[in-house]
Amino acid sequence: MKKILLGNEAVVRGALASGVAFVSGYPGCPSAEIGDEFARLASRAPRSLGEVGQIYVEWSVNEKTALEAAIGASFSGLKSLVNMKSFGINVCSDSLLPLAYTGTKAPMVIFIGDDPSCWSSAQSEQDSRGYAYLAKIPFIEPTNVQECYDFTKLGFEISEKFNVPVVLRVTTRVAHQRAEVDFDEERIMKQEVRGEFVPNKHQFSTMPPRTLEMKADLLKKLKKIESFAEKSKANLIVNKSTSSKIGVVASGAGYVNTLEALEIMGLNIPVLKLGFFYPLPKKKIIDFAKGKSKILVVEETDPYIEKAVKEILKDAQLKAIVYGKDVISEIGETNAEKVCVAISKITGKKFNVTKIKQLGLPRRIARLCEGCPYWNVLPVLKRIAPAGTIFGGDIGCNMMGALPPHDMYDYLFAMGAGLGISHGVKKSTSQKVISIMGDGTFFHSGIAPLINAVYNKSNPVVVILDNRITAMTGHQTNPGMGKTSMGQDTTELKIEDIVKACGVKNVKTIDNPNAPESMKELESTVKDFLDKEEVSVIIYKRICALLARRQQK
Amino acid sequence: MEKTFNIILTGVGGQGIITLLQVLDEAALVEGYKVKSSELHGLSQRGGSVEAHVRFGSEIFSPMVSVGQADLILALESLEALRESVKAGKQTKFLVNDYFLPFLNAPSKEEVISKLKALKNELHLVPASQTCKDKLQKEVVCTIYLLGYASNKGLLPISKASLLQAIKNVVPEKYRELNINALNLGYVD
Repeated sequence: MKKILLGNEAVVRGALASGVAFVSGYPGCPSAEIGDEFARLASRAPRSLGEVGQIYVEWSVNEKTALEAAIGASFSGLKSLVNMKSFGINVCSDSLLPLAYTGTKAPMVIFIGDDPSCWSSAQSEQDSRGYAYLAKIPFIEPTNVQECYDFTKLGFEISEKFNVPVVLRVTTRVAHQRAEVDFDEERIMKQEVRGEFVPNKHQFSTMPPRTLEMKADLLKKLKKIESFAEKSKANLIVNKSTSSKIGVVASGAGYVNTLEALEIMGLNIPVLKLGFFYPLPKKKIIDFAKGKSKILVVEETDPYIEKAVKEILKDAQLKAIVYGKDVISEIGETNAEKVCVAISKITGKKFNVTKIKQLGLPRRIARLCEGCPYWNVLPVLKRIAPAGTIFGGDIGCNMMGALPPHDMYDYLFAMGAGLGISHGVKKSTSQKVISIMGDGTFFHSGIAPLINAVYNKSNPVVVILDNRITAMTGHQTNPGMGKTSMGQDTTELKIEDIVKACGVKNVKTIDNPNAPESMKELESTVKDFLDKEEVSVIIYKRICALLARRQQK
Repeated sequence: MEKTFNIILTGVGGQGIITLLQVLDEAALVEGYKVKSSELHGLSQRGGSVEAHVRFGSEIFSPMVSVGQADLILALESLEALRESVKAGKQTKFLVNDYFLPFLNAPSKEEVISKLKALKNELHLVPASQTCKDKLQKEVVCTIYLLGYASNKGLLPISKASLLQAIKNVVPEKYRELNINALNLGYVD
């Protein structure tokens, strides 16, 4: 059937068409719609795992547990899809590398959503393709919405054929693009999900000297996958018939921007589209480069393909000059105009850049929502903290604390990193430190730094903003809610209990429904806790305003 | 239509730009075009400026409208229309909701409107939010009202029948009638 879909919805359809049975992930932008859509499908008729025609779906507490859950599913014979944003691969990498060595039993596709230009990412403009080299795992990269569907299926096919996990690397402009997709709806929700773990210690345990044998096996597999990539339609050449001495090698959004640029400039230049990022189809690249004097590589952010193409051509003793980041910036996403400029520099064909005049309008910056409980906390902390108090921020809605009118964070890093750094600052100085994080982050990666601070006799004041949901990424469930992502009741983990179990002696939960009273309580508690010699934790518990409004409807 | 039709949608997070985009995409498809669009989620949504691109025609590669290439800039808020004006070309027409959402250090409404009027482009400044609030008691459907307006005034090469069909295909049944009313209202004014 044909329908307009969002790139991420096409990934869901592709996974369903491939018979996916187990979906895990951690929400982030631009990936969250995948888990959300699966959660919606799975909770339509909640049944227990093991029944026919039901998919198991979970929001895991972080990307590492998500990947590990899928590894267990794969070893038990279930097809799995893991979904996360760019930084998620950093979190799960510890288990990703050994997974390449053991390989998968049932197929697994790992969706990684990168965000060039940092539209919804604070910590870095990460190009996750680097992990392909580090982990030695195939990476494939769709360029449009139809390919989001096709490549998800291709990912499962490669994984099934070679028993390796496959990363589907998608960027914001592809994941959040809408277009008509031709997809197969017949096979949705018809598979059986009960797996069986058949012990195979030889395969599933990495332990030297077996580890090195596994590495050798993996390298052999990669050779075979490279041969597969050479024949795959995912890599294709357009405008092949032209005798142009110039060629473009492109991937991801860079490919559609190249086609757009060639149309704008009225040029007919051959383009090699690489659907496989790793392993690269070397022979195809060599064949493409033969007889060409100049090759432009159009890829977003880091120059991985550019460097590989240079090396491949050098080994093949081809003389074509390879251009890339010298003509297209390594910073920010590509667009047609940037590619036009690059082509103009190489071909000498004139291209007039449209100058954008500056109006000097102030930015309309993102801010906390109307009625957000964080409005009760951030201004209070800022007002009552003694001059010189250091504020650590974290990822999530509380990031708005780094923006006006709050402007209060002295550092902002990665999930859970605020408290980790706060502890270091506290140990290194005699300054007061207040560290802020949300409930989602606490469960994701806030517990280990809390234990570290307690164990190592530190004393920051930790403020956990418990708005009863993982809000920033679009309202996903977390362990503090007593509900799974499929809508089942489950144990509600109380942050206060966990904090106490971590050895924190000064703990105060503020959940007074009267907002002004709760703010007064917060004020007196912070004043008290700032003078403590041990770690202290304030849990400000108040439901996300958007969630509260939705619940009323 | 031989040439691709390029639209930039702009507004403030929470104004309903994604629903507008979905209806517009679907309508272009019903009309028989190939369509691609691009949107942003997440951090950019929390009351910040939001921008989405829609392109339809016979063959579309990139979902993004290049600088100077927009045929229509449809703005749900006047200051955001002005912000987007730097990406307009000579041919770009503006359809702007006469609605102003101020923020810290923002220029005044009067200044924004006078700067918009000073642009050399064709400008339609329409009180869509106010009209929808008065006549339908729901400001949020000003998006669909503006689609009707654009179609009626020839700012958008999509017929009323296609827009109606798109609403039926995309909008949940609960809100369908409201959206159809808003569309009809756009054809009246």
